Amino acid sequence: MTDPWIEVCATGDIEKEDLIRFDLDARTFAIYRTADDRYYATDGLCTHAEVHLAGGFVMDHIIECPKHNGRFDFTTGRAQGAPACVDLRTYPVKVEAGKVFLNPGLPGD
Amino acid sequence: MPVEITQRDYSLIGRDTRLAEERGLANAEWYSCKISRQHLKELMQRRDGPAIRDTLIWAALLIISGTLGYLTWGTWWTVPCFIVYGVVYGSSSDSRWHEAGHRTAFKTVWMDDALYEIASFMVFRESVPWRWSHTRHHTDTIIVGRDPEIAVPRPPDLLALALSFFSLQRVPKEFGKMVRHCFGRLAPAEETYIPHEERHKVYRNARIYILIYAAAITWAIVIHSILPLMYIGLPVIYGAWLMIIFGLTQHAGLAEDVLDHRLNCRTVYMNPIFRFLYWEMNYHVEHHMFPMVPYHALGKLHQELKADMPKPYNGLWEAYREIIPTTLRQVKEPTYFVRRQLPATAQPVAALEPA
Repeated sequence: MTDPWIEVCATGDIEKEDLIRFDLDARTFAIYRTADDRYYATDGLCTHAEVHLAGGFVMDHIIECPKHNGRFDFTTGRAQGAPACVDLRTYPVKVEAGKVFLNPGLPGD
Repeated sequence: MPVEITQRDYSLIGRDTRLAEERGLANAEWYSCKISRQHLKELMQRRDGPAIRDTLIWAALLIISGTLGYLTWGTWWTVPCFIVYGVVYGSSSDSRWHEAGHRTAFKTVWMDDALYEIASFMVFRESVPWRWSHTRHHTDTIIVGRDPEIAVPRPPDLLALALSFFSLQRVPKEFGKMVRHCFGRLAPAEETYIPHEERHKVYRNARIYILIYAAAITWAIVIHSILPLMYIGLPVIYGAWLMIIFGLTQHAGLAEDVLDHRLNCRTVYMNPIFRFLYWEMNYHVEHHMFPMVPYHALGKLHQELKADMPKPYNGLWEAYREIIPTTLRQVKEPTYFVRRQLPATAQPVAALEPA
């Protein structure tokens, strides 16, 4: 059985209260690090206008889209109000030996 | 194959909408000046303090001018009082609407949302449709057939422009939309940018607006005086002029159908009073390029990006020395526009040229 976990980066590659973009084949993800060193992952594109969230702004557990200021709770994926109306999909993340791993699941999961 | 442009179609469901989509101008990737992530993060930090201070001053200006207007009603002294009240209510509510709409004015979300609802009512813009309209404006800034907020379509309608200083076309048009929304209907263009899940809020808010205006009109009739309407309703007309003076500097006369805000937005230096009334929207190129940066940090962002930007305009006078002749020329020559010159230090413009 194939290991579902994909290595993304070293933990230090993401600043505290920030995110990076992670591309895997045709898919794109946003990987977040909170101020207290917890890591999360969501789809990489805003559900409103498909802009990469990686250029956005992290405030606590909120990611704000760089284009239209749509906001999502990246721990749950929940959209926080117009123009973000459709939730983001979230993905499991784990940290092992100083590396961040993502379980991207299967498309359509 | 080159596209032959005759009269442009500025509607959102017409020929130019299709052309914009075909040319890759709809929902496209825009040029962005280079700035370090670390510095941008610092500039994007939200704070409640500046907006609370400014909102208290703004509210105080409304209360003081409104009270003096009431006390001097029936004398000539009332005129300057209502000039101040009108400008604060009918013009500077535009910038409050704008900043709170982006949810960047305050750090606390409910404060942004509360100011947004109040300022939307004051500036006579329904809060939900206009949030979506402005979202589209940021997606497709001055892209013909896509941007619902192009203030001066070409060729310019000079009469409409003159009337806009007192909202004489805008208010009846917005009122018509409000009534339509009260009956649970959207215009075809609105259906292109207001999602289904938001539409019930449009109808609800329109009914609230109409009720408030109906109450103010009833009050005026009962007391046989227009005084109540001097506070609610009429400031949208007699106080709109400064909003238009500020607002036209944003894009009027500049390129259409480009994917670089340096070419279709103006940054204009203004004095501190104007910057207070306009909430720093004079840094308009910077705002469009980085809408996450709050108004109180736009001056710093401007300093950071200067080398990659066209020369800013040194005041309203310099901006209007360009806007007025350009607008007049566009009446007869609608394809004419101002080509912004980038300094030698700037990154070149992307390949796409305006039509």
